[in-house]
Amino acid sequence: MDFDLSDEQRLLRDTVRDFARQDVAPVAEELDRTKSFPYELVTKMGSLGLMGIPFPDEYGGGGADTLTYALAVEELTRIDSSVAITMAAHTSLGTMPIHLWGSDEQKRDWLPLLCPGEKLASFGLTEPEAGSDAGNTKTTAKLEDGEWVINGAKQFITNAGTDISGCVTITAVTGDADGRKEISNIIVPNGAPGYEQGEPYRKMGWNASDTRPLVFEDCRVPEGNLLGRRGDGFKQFMQILDGGRIGVAAMGVGLAQGALDEAISYAKERRAFGQPISKFQAIQAKIADISAQIEASRLLVYRAAIEKDRGDPFTLTAAQAKLITGRLAVRATEEAVQIHGGYGYIEEYPVCRFYRDAKILTIGEGTDEVQQMVIARRLGC
Amino acid sequence: MKICCLVKEVPDAAVQKRINPETKRLDRSGEKNLNPFDTHAIEAAMQLKEGGDVEVDEIVAVTMGPDSAVRALHKAVALGADRSLHLTDGALEGSDVAATGYALAKLLESESPDLVLLGQQSDDGECYTIGAVVADHLKMPSLTQVIKMDAAGGKLTLERQAEYGYDTVEVELPAVISVGDAINEPRYPSLKAIMGAKKKPLDTKSTADVGIEADRVGEGGSRTAVLEINPPPAKESGEIIEDEDTNETVEKIVAWLDERKLI
Ligand SMILES: Cc1cc2nc3c(=O)[nH]c(=O)nc-3n(C[C@H](O)[C@H](O)[C@H](O)COP(=O)(O)OP(=O)(O)OC[C@H]3O[C@@H](n4cnc5c(N)ncnc54)[C@H](O)[C@@H]3O)c2cc1C
Repeated sequence: MDFDLSDEQRLLRDTVRDFARQDVAPVAEELDRTKSFPYELVTKMGSLGLMGIPFPDEYGGGGADTLTYALAVEELTRIDSSVAITMAAHTSLGTMPIHLWGSDEQKRDWLPLLCPGEKLASFGLTEPEAGSDAGNTKTTAKLEDGEWVINGAKQFITNAGTDISGCVTITAVTGDADGRKEISNIIVPNGAPGYEQGEPYRKMGWNASDTRPLVFEDCRVPEGNLLGRRGDGFKQFMQILDGGRIGVAAMGVGLAQGALDEAISYAKERRAFGQPISKFQAIQAKIADISAQIEASRLLVYRAAIEKDRGDPFTLTAAQAKLITGRLAVRATEEAVQIHGGYGYIEEYPVCRFYRDAKILTIGEGTDEVQQMVIARRLGC
Repeated sequence: MKICCLVKEVPDAAVQKRINPETKRLDRSGEKNLNPFDTHAIEAAMQLKEGGDVEVDEIVAVTMGPDSAVRALHKAVALGADRSLHLTDGALEGSDVAATGYALAKLLESESPDLVLLGQQSDDGECYTIGAVVADHLKMPSLTQVIKMDAAGGKLTLERQAEYGYDTVEVELPAVISVGDAINEPRYPSLKAIMGAKKKPLDTKSTADVGIEADRVGEGGSRTAVLEINPPPAKESGEIIEDEDTNETVEKIVAWLDERKLI
């Protein structure tokens, strides 16, 4: 078993670490407070190649592997979750379906804009009545005169409503096949007639990330916007979610690590009863426990990424990784706030934001309960 | 013009530094990285190349170090160097500053650079001296702590940090220049550059390849030896003046400073 990262992986990890500390950290609090989308940072990440890490060189992507991508997501989340999810949702939810199933023309149209982050992509799966039960899609798309006419609504969609949002790939019911709903994926460009993005939600965290409801009212897009084969939509989104989990799991590790970093440095500075609080056994126990769990979880996330890169089945490992890292992030950020005492409840301290940012990781891209279902099924239950 | 940038692999800044009591050398195990000061030298070279005032044909990253130092070279080429040169040989192990400077000078001789750039210090040894030693062997002018560099007409105009302000100096090439970290803000390597780093040429040299005399390098060839390493003495606790009457306090502070001829 080889635990060493390749030179490229290390170099990119270190670069993203430096970028996150030097360019993201100084603005993260303000972006969160003012709920401002990080346009400038997206541009910078684009020029560094961070908005298209796993996509082919020929379309402006980085041509790197999933592990490299996970390392970048981890390092960003260590400093700020909103910036990280913007990059991660764009990559593994938004751009990935076009990379995997796009026709040559679709790839030529979209990837050169998406890989450098000039435009953002999003993935519209969740609906008011289709969350965990994502197959319960109510949105419909009917072919009329060579166009798809789309009606329906999507809920909680990341990256769809920014000034640079390029397109959303949505699941829609395109017909019946053998008495079962036929679900297909369709690319809807921003600006398509009948496609509206609602107001952004007021969220608990991820404040600088763009999340909105979407409405489609007789929205018309060309027939050629169908992604892959008609009726493959269910299979496709399952595959997208599988891969996406590795990114979200990397966020869990990164956020827990960020919380631990802050907790350790604070504990060494803060004095009580005549000594730094880091000298108290109770504080040391928290730090030690969290650090051990981070290390174990990190290995699981990297393994899921390596399995995917090798072309091995990775659904089980990715679901396991997502399950434990989301919970770890929630717990680690809570302990980090605890170690900060009252200051942890004050927004000037990053752990306050971290605590609010953590909870979504046990919900988004499949809740913990859904991960448990996926895992148990793979174990033969 | 050919620019050689001296680079070094050092323990990562996040690693707690420790002296190995047996070898009395820095324990260099754990995560390593390109010496952050050297990234300023590479950036300075890149800015000369991109500035257009001089024709820079080539930027070569040059290091002496164990096998693992290849990683520092990969980072250097990801940051913009065109190719790299790695001097590695068991015989070099334990070289002190003078021996290292000699070895690097021999390596550089084989390249005949017009300009040698390096960071002002390494993040591990922190000797600040390699540039001067290399320059002495190469019989080139040596400038240190350079924080600004302009090229025109075969000459470089430099600003060198001085105790108060800075000196403006002109130097003819070839020269060896160590740069301070105020000189520039190094760029990040892009993912594309990182992925392409291994495709850039890397030459590995042994001591024999560049004519290094074996008895002038390594532990045996070094003229200094570390006898003992001790932590610096703890600072004496200062004098605390209780502020009861502010006028009196100010007088006391002024008298204290005056006594020591500080004002
Ligand atoms: C900030 C944010 C960003 C998001 N971004 C996107 C995006 O870009 N694209 C997108 O498509 N979606 C996105 N989502 C949606 C997200 O993936 C869903 O919210 C999530 O999958 C859960 O669906 P739901 O909210 O409908 O909850 P529900 O499915 O209604 O679940 C409610 C509860 O019931 C549990 N539950 C449901 N079914 C079962 C079962 N069979 N067994 C046991 N327990 C069960 C759940 O685990 C949960 O605890 C985002 C959500 C948020 C909050």
